[in-house]
Amino acid sequence: MTPFTFARATSPEDAARLAALEGHRLLGGGTNLVDLMRKGVEHPTTLVDVTALSTEIIETARGGLLIGAATRNTALAAHPLVRTRYPVLSRAILAGASAQIRNMATVAGNILQRSRCAYFNDPAASRCNKRAPGSGCDAREGFNRYHAIIGGSPACISAHPSDMCVALVALDAQVHLLGMTGARTVPLAEFYRLPGDTPQIETVMAPGEIITAIELPPLPVAARSDYRKVRDRASYAFALVSVAACASVQDGVLTELRLAFGGIAPKPWRALHAEQALLGGPVTREAVFAAMDLELAEAAPLAGNAFKLELARRTAVAVLADLTGVTA
Amino acid sequence: MSRVQNAVIGSVKTVLGWMPERWLPGGTPDPLIGRHGEVGRQASRLDGPQKVQGKARFAAEVAMEGMCYATLINSPITRGRIARLDTAAAEAAPGVVLVLTHRNMPRLEIVPVMSISNMGAVGNSALPILQDDQIRYNGQVIALVLAETQEQADHAATLVEIGYEQAPARTRFEEAKANARTPASILTEKNQVSVGDAPRELQQAPYSVDNLYRTPGHNHAAIELHAVTTAWDGDALTLHDATQAIAPTANALAKLFGVRREGVRVLSPFVGGGFGGKAFWDHQVVAIAAARIAARPVRLMLSREAVCRMIGGRTPTEQRVALAADAAGKFTAVVHTGFSVMPTYAVCPEQYSLGSRAAYRSKTYQFGQRHLDLDVVPNTYMRGPGESVGSFAMESAVDELAHQMGIDPIELRRRNEPETHPLSGTAFSQRGVLEAYRMGAERFGWDQRSAAPGTRREGEWLTGMGCATGSFPYVRMPAGAVRIHLTQGGQATVSCSAQDMGMGTSTVQSQHAADRLGLPLEAITFEMGDSDLPPAPMAGGSAQTVSIAAAIAAAADKLTGELLRMAGNASPVAGLRAGEVRLVGGELVSLEDPARRDSFHAILSRAGRETVTVTASASAPLEMLKFAMQSMSAIFCEARVSAVTGEVRVTRLLGSFDCGTILNPKTAASQFRGGMIMGLGMALTEETLFDERSGRIMNASLADYHIPAHLDVPDIEVIWTGIPDPRSPLGARGIGEVGITGVAAAIANAVFNATGKRVRDLPLTLDKLL
Ligand SMILES: Cc1cc2nc3c(=O)[nH]c(=O)nc-3n(C[C@H](O)[C@H](O)[C@H](O)COP(=O)(O)OP(=O)(O)OC[C@H]3O[C@@H](n4cnc5c(N)ncnc54)[C@H](O)[C@@H]3O)c2cc1C
Repeated sequence: MTPFTFARATSPEDAARLAALEGHRLLGGGTNLVDLMRKGVEHPTTLVDVTALSTEIIETARGGLLIGAATRNTALAAHPLVRTRYPVLSRAILAGASAQIRNMATVAGNILQRSRCAYFNDPAASRCNKRAPGSGCDAREGFNRYHAIIGGSPACISAHPSDMCVALVALDAQVHLLGMTGARTVPLAEFYRLPGDTPQIETVMAPGEIITAIELPPLPVAARSDYRKVRDRASYAFALVSVAACASVQDGVLTELRLAFGGIAPKPWRALHAEQALLGGPVTREAVFAAMDLELAEAAPLAGNAFKLELARRTAVAVLADLTGVTA
Repeated sequence: MSRVQNAVIGSVKTVLGWMPERWLPGGTPDPLIGRHGEVGRQASRLDGPQKVQGKARFAAEVAMEGMCYATLINSPITRGRIARLDTAAAEAAPGVVLVLTHRNMPRLEIVPVMSISNMGAVGNSALPILQDDQIRYNGQVIALVLAETQEQADHAATLVEIGYEQAPARTRFEEAKANARTPASILTEKNQVSVGDAPRELQQAPYSVDNLYRTPGHNHAAIELHAVTTAWDGDALTLHDATQAIAPTANALAKLFGVRREGVRVLSPFVGGGFGGKAFWDHQVVAIAAARIAARPVRLMLSREAVCRMIGGRTPTEQRVALAADAAGKFTAVVHTGFSVMPTYAVCPEQYSLGSRAAYRSKTYQFGQRHLDLDVVPNTYMRGPGESVGSFAMESAVDELAHQMGIDPIELRRRNEPETHPLSGTAFSQRGVLEAYRMGAERFGWDQRSAAPGTRREGEWLTGMGCATGSFPYVRMPAGAVRIHLTQGGQATVSCSAQDMGMGTSTVQSQHAADRLGLPLEAITFEMGDSDLPPAPMAGGSAQTVSIAAAIAAAADKLTGELLRMAGNASPVAGLRAGEVRLVGGELVSLEDPARRDSFHAILSRAGRETVTVTASASAPLEMLKFAMQSMSAIFCEARVSAVTGEVRVTRLLGSFDCGTILNPKTAASQFRGGMIMGLGMALTEETLFDERSGRIMNASLADYHIPAHLDVPDIEVIWTGIPDPRSPLGARGIGEVGITGVAAAIANAVFNATGKRVRDLPLTLDKLL
């Protein structure tokens, strides 16, 4: 690890000011950043502790929730309003990492956690366009079980590893940003960029911008929501495929639906095409399969992850059937 | 591993075959068998309080005056040479004491590697350590950086500039097959064995299976990282090590560094898990060399990544098992052959076919293993070497055949149970695997199993049951000495350089010594973990307990002789010999006439002695050659498989063991259970991701190398027959490794029973079941 200096941000503005400085990186729980520093993937000269940013979870005037960026994952999952109004979010968080890591991890840190690709994480010996632009991608022909089947590019097929964000994207969460030029709000669904030719640029954040909060809109359908994560061991493993869904059914047809996937794309994948296809119809195996075929029409699976196409379809059927009480 | 070795071992076995049994160790059963004393009691671990209070000091926790800290640099390339090396920036970095590379490393010989013909050796690799600019495998140590703090060392290591010239490397399993080696022997056994015409039987039999089974590489993942704290004082060397081989390490170091053996002290009172991975590797040597050059004490604890890269693991295998049976379900052919990776500089042949040779009676047999040469970190022993992966192949095949024949798999095994060793005809010392099956089946509720696969379902979960046999050979290591020091007050100190990797060595041997010496448990002190004590063999092959037990028995005999001699003519036991008395309640008691007795206290007082000390070595382990001896198990598994996702959840595991006398039910249950959990990992999740393009391991961390998490581990029940082995000390056989064997097959068989899908390559990940 390269030596660095340590600073504490005293306010959001202070954090934004420090974030804009050369070599400065923000430190939430450190569960991802510090690992990356140990591995030699990141080399900040100064770490700016931002755990003094807001850790509040408050109800907004519209009836949604405003969640401070420094809120710990554990605290968010345990919050009574989250558990009753947005159970999918609680469950997604609790499906991730370990209790110890969730106790440390912050909401902003979770959103900005980086790739788990083995080659990204191996600067000593592997090529990776995300870590070293233009060096090549060792994952495409290598181990790519945990990689994207959709949304990737020739340059990069890394998948976004977060569970929490899959729920957030299903819930239409907004990201509150603060930079030197002021504050702005971006929907999480538009926050991440697909890799294209520049996989090193992962979000729409401008240099020096920081996350100050996440906002959830009021969403009655979310009271009936669920998260299912499929992985290589019963706990403490990243998702191969995960599904976040909110649904309501009237007279046997879907009247409202939010559907998102984890583990299959470079960003938490909101399945708008599938939602469109399913709305107004019954939840049947055939209908969900057809909707998923539409959603994953552009998929480009590889040797190590082609099974996710089938896994994603099947898991979607199971989750929607459970939520709507039909046997699909 | 030579033809000569085959011939020598073969003729020794023949000679032993002619010898009357009573001339051999184990010829008359150990008198302690069946006696109800401390042995067999559920004693808690004597070192438990120290451990839970954090008072047990492990190798990386020993502090030394003026100590500095080391970091290693591991090669990122697989083959080639170091073309450019610039250490100036690292040497100039704050706190740096030394940068050690092949340029300034002392010239050292190659460490003798462990082998059957050199049981005292410890080396895991026959490659030079930091002696030249050559890179021979990915992860090889190429430099050590020493600094005042760990952080300074870690940072300075990033400043060493190294340029590589790459050379082509052999990294592909399939390609290496063209040049596979066929060793003459596998450990003590002749490698290629063919009895009758197995291929013909396979063709003609009404029932047969013939399949390939694959198991991936596995990383060692003991909770304690490999670590040393070491210092020189002139030519005297102290090494606090995390090792399974204390005395052999001290011997090897004395030779390697050209110093007197008496000047080398290796201490390892506690080890946080060994499993075969903690013998002798490059890190001890470079740390000791650095301490010598820097003239400072050095601590080196490997990172988890370094453990994966420079401590070899279990090799991948591809095994063929073919079985044929006649209409009555009697085997007419048993074939077990295959390939595994074993570079010429490695020590472990991963003896997957050995268990199968002692498993079933058959008309014909064919066995043989072939080794592949790859440029990889030398593979090594890992819990249940050979049998763990070999039993996956063989016991899956038995299940496949049973299914084909429509016979219960336990019944099929019963019909093929051998009366004597199937190949040699040697008598088994004791074999109760069918009893283990009977007990296990009853306890587990095997009768609830549906013979037709894929027929039990609860919601989306398909459920099934499977079973498999596990086995691991009995080994007692030659040599090994013990000292007993007895005081007039009736306190005994029993000492040898034994190792405790968490199994409970000191607890169990204290229990044993109490019974052997006829003293209460509180009167026994067991000293171990120090090479200054009489040398014990390494802890491996599940052999330590009986090896030390034999040495304690020998020392107790000698002590008895000594006490009888001291007792003098006036003693009630005068004229008796060691074999004619037993030690009980602090007294020597005549076996024939229990009224004739004399106490230790009285004897020592009369002789004017405060204490008496004896040292003795164990008898040669000839029982291993005269009898076929192995620990065995019947493993039962209930598993659920999601019909939606293919996820496998093991809901119940039961191990029914036949391993002779169980010396301490508490520590034994923990050994069995731990082994079974490792078997569960092997079945479901563990896999070293070896990138065949580069020769590099891509999951060198516990986040990515998946050992079972708590949620993966179900209720595990452990029972045993407890039938003593009449040929071994205390009637005991090894229990450390047999626990892992059979488990992967039992799980795979349960998954088949649940789903009707047969998975023949581990791990059983969900994509294989979608
Ligand atoms: C072994 C292991 C297993 C895991 N398993 C899972 C899993 O199954 N599912 C899952 O979802 N996650 C998993 N994780 C990842 C875990 O969720 C993340 O490490 C964690 O959420 C990161 O949060 P943090 O606060 O520690 O981030 P940090 O490591 O502190 O920071 C991460 C990034 O966020 C930036 N950052 C932090 N705060 C701000 C801010 N306010 N504004 C702008 N940038 C900011 C940092 O600069 C850094 O780039 C796992 C992690 C580990 C180590």
